[in-house]
Amino acid sequence: MESRSTPNQFLRLGITLVILAVIGGGLIALLNGITGQACLNNLSSCLTNNGWNPGIAGFVPILLGVLGVATFPLLVTILLIWVERKFAARIQDRIGPNRVGPFGLIQPLADVLKLLTKEDITPTGADKPIYNLAPPFMVASVLLIWAVVPFTPYHYGVDLEIGAIYFVAVASIATLAVIMGGWASNNKYALLGAFRTVALLVSYEIPLAMALLVPVLLAGSMSMVGIVEAQGAMWFMFMAPIATLLFFISSQAEVGRAPFDLIEAESELIAGFNIEYSGMKFAMFFAGEFMHVFTNGVLMAILFTGGWWGPFAYEAPLLGFFYLMIKSSFWYFISLWVRNSLPRFRVDQVMNLNWKILVPISILNLIMMALMLRIALGFEQSAGIVVTDFFSALPRTGFLLIGNVVVLVVVWLWLGRQGRQQRQLEEMNRFSVTATGD
Amino acid sequence: MANMAMTTAAQNEWQGDLSELKGLVSERALTGETMMLNMGPHHPSTHGVLRLLLELDGEEIVSCIPDVGYLHTGIEKNIEAKTYEKGVTLTDRMDYLAPMSNNMVFCMAIEKLTDLDVPERAQVIRTICLELTRLNSHLVWLGTHAIDMGAMSVFLYCFREREMILDMFEMLSGQRMMGSYIRPGGVWRDLPQEFLPALETFLNYFPAKIDDYERLLTNNPVWIDRTQGIGVIEPDVALAYGITGPSLRASGVNWDIRKTSPYLTYGHYSFDVPLGEHGDVYDRYIVRVREMRESVSIIRQALKHLTQASGGFRSNNRKFVPPPRSELGQSMEAVIHHFKLWTEGFSAPDAEVYMAIESPRGEIGCYLHGTGGNKPRRVHFKTPSLIHISALSMITKNHFIADVVAIIGSVDIVLGDCDR
Repeated sequence: MESRSTPNQFLRLGITLVILAVIGGGLIALLNGITGQACLNNLSSCLTNNGWNPGIAGFVPILLGVLGVATFPLLVTILLIWVERKFAARIQDRIGPNRVGPFGLIQPLADVLKLLTKEDITPTGADKPIYNLAPPFMVASVLLIWAVVPFTPYHYGVDLEIGAIYFVAVASIATLAVIMGGWASNNKYALLGAFRTVALLVSYEIPLAMALLVPVLLAGSMSMVGIVEAQGAMWFMFMAPIATLLFFISSQAEVGRAPFDLIEAESELIAGFNIEYSGMKFAMFFAGEFMHVFTNGVLMAILFTGGWWGPFAYEAPLLGFFYLMIKSSFWYFISLWVRNSLPRFRVDQVMNLNWKILVPISILNLIMMALMLRIALGFEQSAGIVVTDFFSALPRTGFLLIGNVVVLVVVWLWLGRQGRQQRQLEEMNRFSVTATGD
Repeated sequence: MANMAMTTAAQNEWQGDLSELKGLVSERALTGETMMLNMGPHHPSTHGVLRLLLELDGEEIVSCIPDVGYLHTGIEKNIEAKTYEKGVTLTDRMDYLAPMSNNMVFCMAIEKLTDLDVPERAQVIRTICLELTRLNSHLVWLGTHAIDMGAMSVFLYCFREREMILDMFEMLSGQRMMGSYIRPGGVWRDLPQEFLPALETFLNYFPAKIDDYERLLTNNPVWIDRTQGIGVIEPDVALAYGITGPSLRASGVNWDIRKTSPYLTYGHYSFDVPLGEHGDVYDRYIVRVREMRESVSIIRQALKHLTQASGGFRSNNRKFVPPPRSELGQSMEAVIHHFKLWTEGFSAPDAEVYMAIESPRGEIGCYLHGTGGNKPRRVHFKTPSLIHISALSMITKNHFIADVVAIIGSVDIVLGDCDR
C-alpha cells in the first residue's frame, strides 16, 4: 500500500540510458575506424577507385540512400511506439508493455501482425478511391520530409536549396490526407474531425513557417544542410529562443498532439477522421502520426540545436548521426511529456491562441530578428569579427539573445495583463449565485 | 453542402423520415440545414450507454435529446420476486460505482419498515464504508472527467488510488465492487483484522494525492478555459429539475442530506459542505474535490468513534438477522432461525416507507412497500443520474461538442443508476 513509483526507478532508467549512449557512441566510433572514412563518406569515389564502372558506382550510393532514407523512419517508428508507450506508462505510474520479448520490445511487431490480420472494412457510401488513397498520403507526407534531413556532414538524401520551403509544402500533404480520409469515410464524426483539421492545421502553418524563417535568416540559406552547417559555432536555439518555442508549439499542433489533439479527440469524436479505418489502413495513419512526431523532433534538432554537430562529428560521421538522434529524442520526449500532462483545448480556444497570440508574435519576432541580425552583422563587420568558432559567435549570440529575452519578457507581461483583464471580465460576466441568491 | 453528399448515401439504406423528430429539434434540422449527430450509446464519453441525439450547427449544439434505457436491467421488478435479504445483492448493481450507498438506502428502508434496531458499532462501520464509497466514486468521476478533457494521466492516478479502496472492500466482503457488505440490521461481518491498518495507511497517503490532482488541474489554464462558464446551472433551475448532490451544491444551494437529516452517525461528526458559487463545470469539479477532503476527515472522526462505539456489528434480533455459525452446533433455536431466514426470509408489514441518503451523486431514495409477507410489493429507487440526464438538454444548449463531453462528465452520471 504505497506509491509504486520511486525516484530510484527514474535514476536507474537514466543510468541505463547513459550507459547505452556511451556504448553506442563507442561502437559507432569503432566502426568508423574500421571501415575507413573514405568509403563511408564518399562511397561512389571509393567504388570507382576499386575499379567499378563509374555509372554503377554513382548509382549504388543513390539506391542505398533512397532505401535507407525511406526505411529508416519506418523502422524507427516501430521502436518509437514502444518508447512512447513505456514513457507514458512511467509518467502515469504504470509498467507499460512488458509481455512480448525482453522489456516488451517486440510488442509493436505483435501489434503490426495483429493489424495485418484484421478485416479491411470500407463503409457503405464511402468514396472508395479517395478513401483508399488517404492512408498512403499520410505516410508519404512524413517520409518525404526525410529526403532533406542531413544525417551526418556527408549523408543526406538531397541538398535542396529550398529545403525549408520544401518541408512546409510536403508536410501540408498530411492535412490533405486527413481531409480526404474524413470526407470519404461517409461518417459524421470523421467529417467533423476533418473540419477541425482544416481549421487547425492550415492556421498553425503560419506561425510554423514564420518560425522556420528565423533559422533561414540566421544561416543565410534555405537548405537544411546549410542551416545545420551554419550552427557549427553556435546553436540557433540560443540566438532565437522565441522562434524555437514557436516552432515547437506549432509543430505540436501540426501533428495534432495534445493539447492540440482535437482532430482525433477520442473522447469527443472517438477517433476523428480515422474512425472508419481498420487494419493496415488504420496502422498507416497511426504510423504516420508517430513518425511525424519524431520527424518534428528531428527538425527541431536540425533547425535549432545544431543537427549532427557535436565533438568529432566531422571525423566520424556516424557519430554525427548519433548526436542527431539524441537531440531529436530530447525534443521528442518533451513532446511526450507535454502530451501526457495537459488537457485538450477546445476548437475555438485553439484558434484564439493561434490568431491572437502566436501569429502576431511570430511576425513580430521575424521582423525583430531581421533587424537585429542586420545590426549585429554591421557591428561584426566594423569590429572585424569573422564568426568561425564558439567565441567569435558570442557577441552576435549575446546581442540576439538579449533582444529575444526582452521581447519574451514584454510579451509575457503583456499577455499576463491581457489575461488578467480577460479573467476579470469573465469573472464579472460569470453567473454568480451568491450575488443573485437570497 | 457537406450534408447533402453525406445524406444521399445514407438515404439509400435508411427509409425513415426526420419528421419523426418534429417538435424535438429545430425546424432547420428537418430541412437538413443543421446536422443531426448520434452520440452514443457506444461512445467513450457518455459514461456508459447514454445516447444523445445532437442537432449541430457547425460544432454548436442547437438541441440535445438524451435517450436512456440501453442498460435497463429490471432490478426494481426483480427485487419484487426476491426476499428482502436477497434483494440487497441486486442493489449493488444499480450504481456500480457506489454500491454501498445503494445497499445502505435499501437496508435503511427495510429497517424502517420492520422497525429493526442497528447497533452503534454497525452504524459507524457503515459510515466509514459510505465515505470510502464516496471517495471511490469521486475518484472514478475525477479520472473519467479528466480523460474526457484529454488529461490522460490524472485518470490513471485516480484509478491507482481507487485500487487501494477496492482492496479494502475486498477485505471487508471478499468482493472488490459488488460486496453487498451492508445487510439489514448491520453489516455482513465485523471488520477483519487487516482492515484498520490498511485504512490508516490509506488515510495518511491519500490527501497528498488530492494535492497532486489539484496541482495538475485546478490552476491549469487549459483546464480553466475548458470548464469555467461552461454548463451553468442556476440554483432555481437546478431545484426545479430536482438536481441533487454535488451538482446542486456547485450552484450554491446548501442541501446535503448528511446535514439536513443526519442518518447513521453523521450527526456526531463535524464536517463542511463545500459550496460553489457559479454553478459551472469548474465549480462542480472544485466541490467534488473538496468533498473528497471532507470525506477523509469524516472517516478519521469515525475511526475515533469506532473505539468507543457500543454493540456488535449486527443486530441480535434473531427474527431478522441469522445467528453466527458458531451457535449452530449448540443451539437448536439457532438452527431453526438459520433455516427460516435462509429459505423463507423475514417478513415485513404491509406498509410503505421512503428513505433517502446522500449518495456520491446526489440524493438516492428508496420507496419500499411491504406485503406482510417475505417479499416487497413494490420497490422504487429515486436515483440522481436519471434526473441529471433529464437536465442535459437544458444545460448543453449553445455549447460546443467538446463542452457536451465536459458537461456529461461534470454532472456525474452512471447509466446503471439511471436505468435500473
